Amino acid sequence: MMEITNDKIGKKILLLGNEAITRGALEAGVDVATAYPGTPSSEIADTFSKIAKQATKQNKDPGFYFEYSTNEKVALEVAAAASFCGLRALTCMKHVGLNVASDAFMTYMYVGCKGGHIIVSADDPYCHSSQNEQDSRYFGLFGSAPTLEPTTPQEAKEMTRTGFEISEELKLPILLRTTTRLSHAKGLVTLNELQKSRRKGHFEKDMLLRTFLVTARAKHSVLLERLGQAERISEKSPFNEIINVGKPEDIGIVTSGVSYNYVKEVAELLYLNVRILKLGMTHPLPRKMCEKFITSCKTLVVVEELEPILENQFKAFAYDIQSDVKIYGKSTGHFSRLYEYNPDIVAEAFSTIFKVKNPFPKQVQPKIKVPSRPPVLCPGCSHRATYYAVKKAAPKGTVYPSDIGCYILGKAPPLEVADLLLCMGSNAGMACGLAVSTDQKIISFMGDSTFFHSGIPPVVDAVHHNHDIVITILDNRTTAMTGHQPHPGTEFDGMGQPAKLIKVEDVVKGLGVRHIEIVNPNNSKETTAAFKRALEYKGPSVVVSKSPCILLDVQRKRRTGEEIPVYYIDQEKCTQCKTCISRFGCPAFYYVEDGSIYIDETQCNGCGNCVEICPVDAISKKEEEK
Amino acid sequence: MNRKTSIVLTGVGGQGVITAANILGKATAKANINIYVSEVHGMAQRGGTVNCTARMGDVSGPLVATGTADVIVSTEPIEALRNIMYANKKTKVITDINPVVPFTVAVGGEEYPNLKDVFREIQSRAILYKIDALKIAKDSGAAITKNIVILGALAATDVLPFKSDVLLETILENVPAKYKDINKKAFEGGMKALKDLRK
Repeated sequence: MMEITNDKIGKKILLLGNEAITRGALEAGVDVATAYPGTPSSEIADTFSKIAKQATKQNKDPGFYFEYSTNEKVALEVAAAASFCGLRALTCMKHVGLNVASDAFMTYMYVGCKGGHIIVSADDPYCHSSQNEQDSRYFGLFGSAPTLEPTTPQEAKEMTRTGFEISEELKLPILLRTTTRLSHAKGLVTLNELQKSRRKGHFEKDMLLRTFLVTARAKHSVLLERLGQAERISEKSPFNEIINVGKPEDIGIVTSGVSYNYVKEVAELLYLNVRILKLGMTHPLPRKMCEKFITSCKTLVVVEELEPILENQFKAFAYDIQSDVKIYGKSTGHFSRLYEYNPDIVAEAFSTIFKVKNPFPKQVQPKIKVPSRPPVLCPGCSHRATYYAVKKAAPKGTVYPSDIGCYILGKAPPLEVADLLLCMGSNAGMACGLAVSTDQKIISFMGDSTFFHSGIPPVVDAVHHNHDIVITILDNRTTAMTGHQPHPGTEFDGMGQPAKLIKVEDVVKGLGVRHIEIVNPNNSKETTAAFKRALEYKGPSVVVSKSPCILLDVQRKRRTGEEIPVYYIDQEKCTQCKTCISRFGCPAFYYVEDGSIYIDETQCNGCGNCVEICPVDAISKKEEEK
Repeated sequence: MNRKTSIVLTGVGGQGVITAANILGKATAKANINIYVSEVHGMAQRGGTVNCTARMGDVSGPLVATGTADVIVSTEPIEALRNIMYANKKTKVITDINPVVPFTVAVGGEEYPNLKDVFREIQSRAILYKIDALKIAKDSGAAITKNIVILGALAATDVLPFKSDVLLETILENVPAKYKDINKKAFEGGMKALKDLRK
């Protein structure tokens, strides 16, 4: 049995924040879970998938339906419909995924839900794996969605579990907002009982489920009433609590999410005498509780990552009750709206505000310059092979709009084939815009999962307006960057069931693309020739570059015992021209002081593409020593 | 329990740093001690620098403040130096001695520093234990057990709030049966290497 489905009540197990959310949903008897993967949210969905796959393997019912949906909007719609049938539903995504789902999200709040529905949005302060660090809590305010913010994996589980009840009481979906340091932190979680799910509900027809004109107006006022009810729940919520450190007098600290961890630890370390208002239900705020807290303080410090959402509301509350409390936070310059917080940042701010010595030393960087080590395309990555061929085919000045996925790593030298990036699917849309705005050649890139997610509409635009662009679909048969999840182009779904495989090339053909090239990027010469033909074609052309993610390929070979070849450089033949390093850029290659070049066997994934690109045929496969 | 233990685990994506952090977390939980582990996932795993933290005992979060690590373990020498701000004079820094040259050196014109200088700087700011983890791992039967060698060395420092047997047990529970021997050798090799240095 998997540990996540352990049924020993009261047992403590070590779970990732994301796994704890899945566990919480299982303890609430979730019926339908949907997601589009995205760091830092992915493991919530992956945990559902693992449980479902294992059940499928054993011919058992996992007790819930799970799918990796085509995109976040579809995921939200699928789950919302389940909720309308009275089922409990969970949808998870990364913060920018909520932008994609926002059209459904905003009106869903008007309609409201029937079965409890938790919408998880995982924020990524510091952009560890993201294109921005937007604060999802604004979506809570924007859409009038009750919002919960966990501090620890234990709390993430509890908020998910009990969130379903709050959702059903209010008939409103709940936004569960996490951040990377919660999503990807492991902590001990105490287990509650697993609940059986129902799997099938019933759709009761109700005209108020059609938001349109009169019903929309009516439902907006219903939403505001429900938000008022939510505030009453917030006043009584155990997730909003006051914790005393030392012997508090008139200093209060207001905080939420992971920031609480740093506040508590630093306050104790500094022997501060403070009351901490730890807010777990941050929308709507418990107004009375907050006003009472303000009244009890002369000084307030608000500690929250990213946007001043609590801070601004506390200022408004203070104004309303005519309090002269001094509020420190972002507006006073003690905290930043940038990046994630840590104990150092909180200690520095507290030491300034409370005029005490920072307990931590100043960060002293190494005297020696340590070379940077950014993430790179893996050795043997098929994207590298595609990019290498593209560079050979494309004239100087070609513009390369790219997209969200591993392939954005092609930005780095020596390939440098990513010039523009906004969001999922943006490569082809921007390619269309470039085509009408410049005479430069345009070659755009997106992955297969991105293509299905939001890459199809811009291809339609290119076809309809006959934009002269080359759209490349890097079809590596998986959603690689987020951990190899399936997508509509794979033959199994997230529950491990056989699924209809939709071919990228069939879709683009159906969209009316006339010039389609299907290549194996590991054949460099043919791939280069295909890109040349695509560039010559007047109008939109699509190159589908097909080769499985090398990591999956290596995994498969290890599993089946198939040989993973090792390559070496014949030092006699090598002229040290460095094509392999300075043009191909495979990280398995390195050179030593005398200039001789070697292949690091522990890094080489055995793709063998270097054999073809070496101009002097100095690279060959190592024969196995027997 | 009032004791707090803070450990920084670092190295290069693909060297098993996250696995090591994970095992350390499981072992601590097994020993009935409170634990938080911070991991990195997603983009950072593609050959970039990896930084995980594990904090045990009376702690309320996984992040380690500047100058407060009890141990920094690293599967690559310059990654140990990159994280040296977490060290104080009493911090033990355990690192493998085998460099993995970042691609910015091969292509981007950056330089991999002289290892002697790297070790000298670490030594000036902490207590340094250099071990040839790669060799020990290879001798044990697989280069990829380098992370387990490093965990063995960590277990030999007396910093962990539980017995080294618990850590070894946890490792063996988390590897396939056919690799148990290799991992046991790697762990014991790491322990021995550190004990030899302390003699």
